[in-house]
Amino acid sequence: MRDLKVSFATRQGELRAVDGLSFDVGPKEVLGIVGESGSGKSVAMYSILGLVRDSNVKISGSVKFAGREILGLSDRELQGIRGGDVGMIFQDPMTALTPVYTVGWQIAEQIRAHSDVSKQQAKSRAIELLGEVGIPDPATRVNHYPHEFSGGMRQRVVIAMALSCNPKLLIADEPTTALDVTTQAQILDLMEKLQDVHQSSIVIITHDMGVIAQMADRVVVMYAGRPAEIGREIDVVRHPRHPYTWGLLGAVPRVDSKNRRLVTIPGTSVSPLNVPEGCAFAPRCEYRMAICEERPMLHGDDGHLDACWLDDEQRVQIRSTVSSSGDHS
Amino acid sequence: MPAFIARRLLSAVLVLFSISVMVFLIFFATPGVDPAARIAGRSASPQVLAQVQAAFGLNRPLPIRYLLMMEHLFIKHDLTSYVNIGSKVVPQILQAAPVTLSLVIGAAVIWVIVGVLGGVIAAANRGKFIDPLIMFVGIAAVSVPAYWLGEVVNFFTQSKFHSSLFSWVPGSGYVPLTQNPLEWALHLIFPWLTLAALYAGIYARVLRAELVNALNEDYVRTARAKGLSERRILIRHALRCSLISVVSLFGLDFGALIGGAALLTEVVMGLPGIGMLTYNSLQSLDLPVIMGCVMYAAFFVVLANAVVDILYAVLDPRVRIA
Repeated sequence: MRDLKVSFATRQGELRAVDGLSFDVGPKEVLGIVGESGSGKSVAMYSILGLVRDSNVKISGSVKFAGREILGLSDRELQGIRGGDVGMIFQDPMTALTPVYTVGWQIAEQIRAHSDVSKQQAKSRAIELLGEVGIPDPATRVNHYPHEFSGGMRQRVVIAMALSCNPKLLIADEPTTALDVTTQAQILDLMEKLQDVHQSSIVIITHDMGVIAQMADRVVVMYAGRPAEIGREIDVVRHPRHPYTWGLLGAVPRVDSKNRRLVTIPGTSVSPLNVPEGCAFAPRCEYRMAICEERPMLHGDDGHLDACWLDDEQRVQIRSTVSSSGDHS
Repeated sequence: MPAFIARRLLSAVLVLFSISVMVFLIFFATPGVDPAARIAGRSASPQVLAQVQAAFGLNRPLPIRYLLMMEHLFIKHDLTSYVNIGSKVVPQILQAAPVTLSLVIGAAVIWVIVGVLGGVIAAANRGKFIDPLIMFVGIAAVSVPAYWLGEVVNFFTQSKFHSSLFSWVPGSGYVPLTQNPLEWALHLIFPWLTLAALYAGIYARVLRAELVNALNEDYVRTARAKGLSERRILIRHALRCSLISVVSLFGLDFGALIGGAALLTEVVMGLPGIGMLTYNSLQSLDLPVIMGCVMYAAFFVVLANAVVDILYAVLDPRVRIA
């Protein structure tokens, strides 16, 4: 993906939801996209598959999938990619399935949309998939309706559906946000296990640094539609470089911390209607400088990039004072 | 499912029973009103009053009177009007019912087809010219009163262009289907269109709104992410879920129309249906006929509701458990 920009024409002016996002996803790689609500992470992934249906939307940039430019393809051309080469998992499993059809019917529908198999074959494949995602007694459950499943089980059904055509890439949009904590862990384990089996690449969108730490190989931290930091998971989580990432990591509550107060990032996310010309995070940043009026470009080495004007020396200094006061530990 | 249907039909029978009791009480047990005088009509002679007293058992206890009444209505079919001396109520209703059924069923077929097509086409073309056009025609059809539309249609088909364009249109009235199917249809085609216009407009608008809502649902996004065609998403997913509310609307409208709510169309088009019968009996305060018509109407409203509930369960699996 190169320089993806998504904007919406609104009455209050141009709303820039995604502003210059670039990244690559390698085969079998798990890329995490992390950011607050409204940072443009979901919109970016929806727009590349033509799932943003707003007539006021403007999308530019370049997205190549397996060497083929897919941005700007017609609906008909995208239909083969959606659900076939690219599977999607959504945030809310309670509403993601059509309520009036059995789950087996819905999985079979997708299989039959992408391959020429009989209803019988599609259904037995659906049963197989349901078993694979850990639904007990799949031969019976295949004939049940979505409302007869719990939230976690429904998310398993959605995952089974997304995997039904052996996609090369799986996009998971906050797959665990709507689930309770124990179910979250099960779903993440399941996704890891299935990734081993199916050898798909995964883009996982989340606001939860814990999910990133468990799943991702590489991370994109987004703020106000722009990438703030990109790098290997271990680098970003252990040695974060951008002040926004420091804030995000600090906001994960820790059981072993003596700090009773939850750490927050001061202020609220900027409105995408008027993102500052300079660094988008500057208004909330403790380490704001004069130069932050100018937009920082992603820079760095060894695949660990960030968009911040702080130089290495300043960062080392800030990090050492911060960790001694225990604020961002 | 069979258990659900059985339960639903049983409750329909219970509702019908309680309606019959209520209707009976209103007509025969309203305090301060002499039912005999009301049944016999204005300025009835003492002999007639005595006759009424005997026929309806008005000096006997209330439950007996109820049973006698039901016997007249449903078993002996000999409930008699005292306004139009000698005319029996039940045969009148049985004669009027096919007219209304023909009118309403035919119109319903037209309005469901036109309404669903209109709603789907409008929703599929949101933001284009055709969507507001269909919605405008819809609101126009809803706004035009049936009696006015009927008169205009009559004016054009029966007098203005009757000698040229509409020479094939027969005069107003009704020909039974069993007697001559072609004449039956020819007599009914314009009444059908007149009655269907209002409902087609309502259904197109309701369905469009439902579809637009459904198209914003998460499951539509899922369907798109599955790589389905837009047509399949619209028909198999969005329309299928939107039909649920249209079906419940249809049941209410259909039941009420069969029960006599097609009155305006029947009167304007000169069709001797249930609406017309009710209208005439109300004008002459023909109590036995009014009561018969009310019972008949209640029967169809309750039946239509039961059928709708069963259809509901067919369409929406979530209802079946309840």
